[in-house]
Amino acid sequence: MVTQSGWIYLIPCYPLVAFLLNVFFGAKVLKEKAAWVSIAASVLSFFTALPFTAGCLQGKIYSDRFPWIAAGNGSLDFGYLIDPMAAVLIFVVTLVGTLIVVYSTGYMRSDAGYHRFFAYVSLFMSAMTTLVIANNFLLFFIAWEIMGLCSYLLIGFWFEKPAAAKACKKAFLVTRVGDIGLFLGILTLFTLFGTLHFEDIKDMAQTAAGNPLLPAAAFLVFCGTIGKSAQFPLHVWLPDAMEGPTPVSALIHAATMVAAGVYLLARAFPVLALSPDVMKIILYTGTGTAFVGAFIALGATDIKKVLAYSTISQLGFMVAAMGLGAVNAGFFHLVTHAFFKALLFMGAGSVIHGTGTQDLRELGGLFPKMKSTAWTFLIGALAISGIPPLAGFWSKDEILTASHGNNFIFTVLCVSAFITAFYMFRLFFLTFLGKEGAKSGHAHESPLSITGPLWVLAGCSLLAGLPGSPFMGMWLQNFLSGTRHGAHEPQAALMMISTALGAAGIAFAALFYLAVPGLAKTAEAVLRPAGSGLEKSMNSVASGIGTLFMKAGSFQNFFDKYFVDGIVNLSGYAAQLAASSIRRIQTGLVQHSLLVAFAVLMVFLYCGMK
Amino acid sequence: MNLIPTEHYLLFALVLFAAGVTGILTRRNVIGVLISIELMLNAAAINLVVFSHTVKTAPETGQLFAFFVIALAAAGAAVGLAIVLALYRNRHTVQTDEMNLLKW
Repeated sequence: MVTQSGWIYLIPCYPLVAFLLNVFFGAKVLKEKAAWVSIAASVLSFFTALPFTAGCLQGKIYSDRFPWIAAGNGSLDFGYLIDPMAAVLIFVVTLVGTLIVVYSTGYMRSDAGYHRFFAYVSLFMSAMTTLVIANNFLLFFIAWEIMGLCSYLLIGFWFEKPAAAKACKKAFLVTRVGDIGLFLGILTLFTLFGTLHFEDIKDMAQTAAGNPLLPAAAFLVFCGTIGKSAQFPLHVWLPDAMEGPTPVSALIHAATMVAAGVYLLARAFPVLALSPDVMKIILYTGTGTAFVGAFIALGATDIKKVLAYSTISQLGFMVAAMGLGAVNAGFFHLVTHAFFKALLFMGAGSVIHGTGTQDLRELGGLFPKMKSTAWTFLIGALAISGIPPLAGFWSKDEILTASHGNNFIFTVLCVSAFITAFYMFRLFFLTFLGKEGAKSGHAHESPLSITGPLWVLAGCSLLAGLPGSPFMGMWLQNFLSGTRHGAHEPQAALMMISTALGAAGIAFAALFYLAVPGLAKTAEAVLRPAGSGLEKSMNSVASGIGTLFMKAGSFQNFFDKYFVDGIVNLSGYAAQLAASSIRRIQTGLVQHSLLVAFAVLMVFLYCGMK
Repeated sequence: MNLIPTEHYLLFALVLFAAGVTGILTRRNVIGVLISIELMLNAAAINLVVFSHTVKTAPETGQLFAFFVIALAAAGAAVGLAIVLALYRNRHTVQTDEMNLLKW
């Protein structure tokens, strides 16, 4: 049942208005009140979106379109499409976004760029909500690029720090490589189908089967995901992006923006599904990224860096799920990951806020001093490690079930899941337990504006997995797919394996970092060089690709400079050459002009008399 | 009264006008050019007076216009001389072939 409602247009408009208010009146008029404008906008978006999510639950689909550009035979329509997938994601995005804006009021207090921060975050929220409800690839791409801009602005929020200035440039340029692919992919899709509307393409996809352009389009669209969702080999920007304020890391670089790449795959799935080779590329890229990200996270000594590589790894899980064709499982993991990774990042932010450092070597024994933060962080860590009945268990189990049957992929994903549990609890033990670190002395619990959102997200991390669990009959997956069999049948044996892997990871971490005092040093001595070594080699792969692009770029530059510019200069030179001979008749002497005038007059008189 | 035929007047005016045109196109001195303009204007004035004879209804109209031409010629000469003076002050020349700035 397709319904329309003008209210949907308001969802991205509230944050946009907040952005404009904060930009134009933030510095002089609003000052400390800038946060309230952004909070109000996010809350309004959340409550405007809520009835539509509820409507979707009752089987409605909201869709509307109006022509934007008439091009050739087709026309580009803009509009919204709220199907089950968009309904779930708009709920998650506005909820997590609101919580993070509230959290930021505490975290960013007394920062010089207070209003600027909230302006950017509101612009981001506006773009993200637009992306979720967009009904076509073009609008999707526009929102996608605005998010890239916001990411750039927010990573470089403290631009006076050279590292931040460098990191934002890197993030912008690296994602650009993927975005070019995505844009070419969108153009290819338009060539193939003459439309960019998601539902039209879904209906027409079958007609293009066998067309050699189809795999090309699918691969190019996937390039967008590689860039935005930080998949190997374009993952290098995400760890550096941690230079931005922690709420930004939580909102943009963990919960929402990076997940947009996975959402893109879900939207383009009808096209992807028709190109098995591209699906294989997606599967192996995702699986490889899941493993590499997890492994590098083992050796990182910066809280946020551990979490950044963890995000890369979890995104790899989602992409792998898409590559397996398990769209619903991947999307389910996207939702649960949004909650628990936002929670973990915000917990890390609370630690940074309380201690003033984010180096694991200077932390330790924070549990008694930061009880709320520690408990919520523990819940998040358990969720990501895949301990039932927390959110991460159900979604990760879905992905593992989907990969069952492909032994290699299954093994790699299982190992990654084990490493995930290990590095998460290494992080937890090194931060909150053990003996006090150098900077833990005068640590203090964060204010309610920080701990409040932490508890809400902890609740979400506890419960968000249940809709997709067998307890509720895999309701979420069925809802997303619109069928009764949207999920892979859960298998008790796999669940046991997945739980055992998580538990084993935690147990090993406990053994190394808690139980036996001497082992921690040995473990660190092995893990740090191993992790950073892998990180370095991965970076050099990315640099190699970058160099390749530079080479291509310099050839293009050469071509542009000497060939294209040559043609332009040639036409100019020809005009000059012609002019230089003709201009000799223009002597500047009055009498020459007069002579011509008389001569013409004579001719006219002669003609007139005839 | 009509001792001299009209054609003779017209021929005289034509010669005068041609002399003026030739002067304008060939004189290098600006003063000469101005004088040549006066010749052309006077040729026109002669034509007006001659034709006023042949108009029976209002023979004075042509003569009236001749006066206007004389007055305007005086005004034109005044303006022209002022321009020539200004030119001389700026460029220290009254030769037309040295005034060639009006080009590319």
